[in-house]
Amino acid sequence: MALTATIGGRRGRAGNGPSLRLVVLAALVALFALIPLMFVVGEAVQAGGGEVQRLVFRARVGHLLWNTVRLVAASTALCGVVGVGAAWLVERTSLPGRRVVGPLLAAPLAVPAFVSSYGWVSLTPAVQGYGGAVLIVSLAYYPLVYLPVAAALRGMDPALEEVARSLGHGPWRTFVRVTLPQLRLALGGGMLIVALHELAEFGAFQLLRFQTFTTEIYSEYEASFNGPVANLLAAVLVALCLLLLLAEIRLRGRGRYSRLGAGAARSLPRVRLGRSTPVALAAVGALLAVGLGVPLGSLIHWLVIGSSASFPVGALASAAGTSLGLGLAAAVVTTLLALPVALLAERHRGPLPNVLERSTYVAHALPGIVIALALVFVAIHYCRPVYQTTPLLIAGYAILFLPMAMVGVRAALAQAAPVLTETARSLGAHPLAVLRRVTLPVIAPGLGAAAALVFLMVATELTTTLLLAPIGTETLATRVWSDTGTLAYAAAAPYAALLVIISAPAVWLLTRAGRKAELT
Amino acid sequence: MTGLATTGLRKSFGAVDVLRGVDLDVPAGGLTAILGPSGCGKTTLLRLIAGFDAPDSGQVTIGGAVVADGRRGLPPERRGIGFVPQEGGLFPHLTVAGNITFGLSWRARRRRDRVEDLLTLLGLDPSFADRYPHQLSGGQQQRVAVARALAPGPPIVLLDEPFSALDAGLRAETRQAVSEALATTGITAVLVTHDQAEALSMARQVAVMRDGRLIQHATPAEVYATPADLGVAAFVGDSVQLPAVVSDRTATCSLGSVPITCACADGPATLLLRPEQIVIHTDGPGAAATVEGSTFYGHDALVALRLAGDEARVTARCSGRALPAPGIRVTLSVEGGALAFPAAAATHVDPPLEDDHARSSRRD
Repeated sequence: MALTATIGGRRGRAGNGPSLRLVVLAALVALFALIPLMFVVGEAVQAGGGEVQRLVFRARVGHLLWNTVRLVAASTALCGVVGVGAAWLVERTSLPGRRVVGPLLAAPLAVPAFVSSYGWVSLTPAVQGYGGAVLIVSLAYYPLVYLPVAAALRGMDPALEEVARSLGHGPWRTFVRVTLPQLRLALGGGMLIVALHELAEFGAFQLLRFQTFTTEIYSEYEASFNGPVANLLAAVLVALCLLLLLAEIRLRGRGRYSRLGAGAARSLPRVRLGRSTPVALAAVGALLAVGLGVPLGSLIHWLVIGSSASFPVGALASAAGTSLGLGLAAAVVTTLLALPVALLAERHRGPLPNVLERSTYVAHALPGIVIALALVFVAIHYCRPVYQTTPLLIAGYAILFLPMAMVGVRAALAQAAPVLTETARSLGAHPLAVLRRVTLPVIAPGLGAAAALVFLMVATELTTTLLLAPIGTETLATRVWSDTGTLAYAAAAPYAALLVIISAPAVWLLTRAGRKAELT
Repeated sequence: MTGLATTGLRKSFGAVDVLRGVDLDVPAGGLTAILGPSGCGKTTLLRLIAGFDAPDSGQVTIGGAVVADGRRGLPPERRGIGFVPQEGGLFPHLTVAGNITFGLSWRARRRRDRVEDLLTLLGLDPSFADRYPHQLSGGQQQRVAVARALAPGPPIVLLDEPFSALDAGLRAETRQAVSEALATTGITAVLVTHDQAEALSMARQVAVMRDGRLIQHATPAEVYATPADLGVAAFVGDSVQLPAVVSDRTATCSLGSVPITCACADGPATLLLRPEQIVIHTDGPGAAATVEGSTFYGHDALVALRLAGDEARVTARCSGRALPAPGIRVTLSVEGGALAFPAAAATHVDPPLEDDHARSSRRD
């Protein structure tokens, strides 16, 4: 009830600051979200300087670091080039069929990276190793650059380019000196997100036999179970991730490329491709063929081969049921956890709301494997009964996807502006009636969208599930994982196909959210 | 019909005193405008009357009944005051009909005729009833917001700068429609605005606010003709201010001798004229001046002049049809009497410390 009263935005409180109950609730959520970070720091401190030096500063870690850095560097650069190129072709040129091509270019997001790796590896083992890893994760993650850059290109003020042209710049110089600088935020932000995803990626690299921190942490965990080596490797990985998060915060904080003044947005003039049209079409076609065609084609290939044997309806339904059930539970829990923090951040300003909100975003940079390790550690040392239970798994999901839920919940709460509740009360509605007739109907769609996104992400999540799921709990993702591990490619196909089908709505939700954000 | 009054209303946010004792008496029926620059506290005053915020001290009475006394007061839903927020604040999840009937009883919400009556009253087509707010233009949204506030039949309606977000053409049209609707219902309306033309043209009474205080409360004509001080004078219209010496109800300034229409002690003073009181002659007696330029408005024009004697600059309003060319020498005479304010007591409009928007966002 403390919440219900405050959702309505009681302005009268403003002078006195937020209510104590709200702050306490938000602080508890923030502490919960910080468990993985505290675990990593705690482990590093406990191990002590000598031990850290012995375990971290050695050739093995150097090799992992080199592998991780060269992969992330090459792949983010590739994602940047491909993402900007694709976005420019779709948004700013006369490319034929761009209405169809646009959404298709975002579609690889619907194929989890470990599923597309499975698609490639099951066709040819030649993709295993550095080159293949760069190629496959880049193809899986370039939409994370493509989507924000395309949105930025759509929202750009056409007057800027026109002014540059009138000042004597040709099309190419205008692109480099005016357009590209305006894309800096979208491009930089997108590339950093790609890098964070790659640092956290586990399944794809394991399948591609390319060793990074995550794969090494996993094998250490398998071998020595919660030994100091896995935990300290996790600390190094977290340090890398936090570095990127810091870069992202700085990038976002600095630039404000907004339009001055209102007025209806004019659409930008498109570049006529003319004789270059076939070349552009061929480039986009090739990108879609390798990014979407090969993984999906391979999946269909194995699906056909597998179904000629026996189609595992029972096992498929059971795994799908588990995935969906976990998704549903995690969606509800995560959205509820996000509510007090989002409420505090949305309705009150100041250092405390800021710090609490930022704490929940830290998980945004933490790989699922680190969150899972932390929860295993906490459960074993402080709360033995929850170890190997579904609630612990849900807790892992909640920390992992809290940042995603926060964005949606904040946007939803922003819809219920204080002016609406005030006006409702001036029309004679009692505060409870305002909650029922105005606040809830206004925020429900946004909360629902946030929960749906978490639901879909959880249903396809692999790494956290592998480490935290109770023995015997099998989801679609873990089934794909165990079958590909034993080279049973055909057996994995139905589960992988179902994963892709479940992911598709999540991608649609994400792209739609992007389009909406740019409208407001 | 019900009037509205506040006595000794004070409110501060943190260290900022927003209202410093406001005594406002709004007569029943007709529209009273609260006019003031951004940040003068007028929006806060409206919020205290509506019950969204509580005053630190002071009273609000509606029709003689006390609804707020210091920090104690009726919640907004029991005050029976209609409220139209700055940007309409229509409920985005409800249709126009759903918005308009929001404040009605459950049974009355089903009746379509009330919605149609109100839409017609505001000059909107009844077919709008089933549209959603995002399908309406800004001006239409504001009219629906007014209809929604009027629907439960409150004795008083408050309007918080309802036209400021609209562009010029739409603003005039919306103003007109709302004005007529309010006049038809005979409701007591309080309009907050920083636009002096809006206040003077729409209101029966104008209350001028500055720095959290009520400076003057009179009819529009009185506020314009006999402003309480030079600050108010400059705020409600173009003004010409000249140094003068007052003696025996006559001011002597560089335009010559001008009769004074108010009480002013003899001695140095600042003379206040409106540009339309200064008449330009091509020749003849009067103060010699040179035309420096003019600003053309179509229906009339403002002519900038420099007086030959002391190089003082004055502005005259004249017909747009016969504008004197720049550089021409003319003579000026003064029509009617003027106001004079003793030089020592001269006040100016202080620059606003912060505007209403900054304040309202901090309050969130």
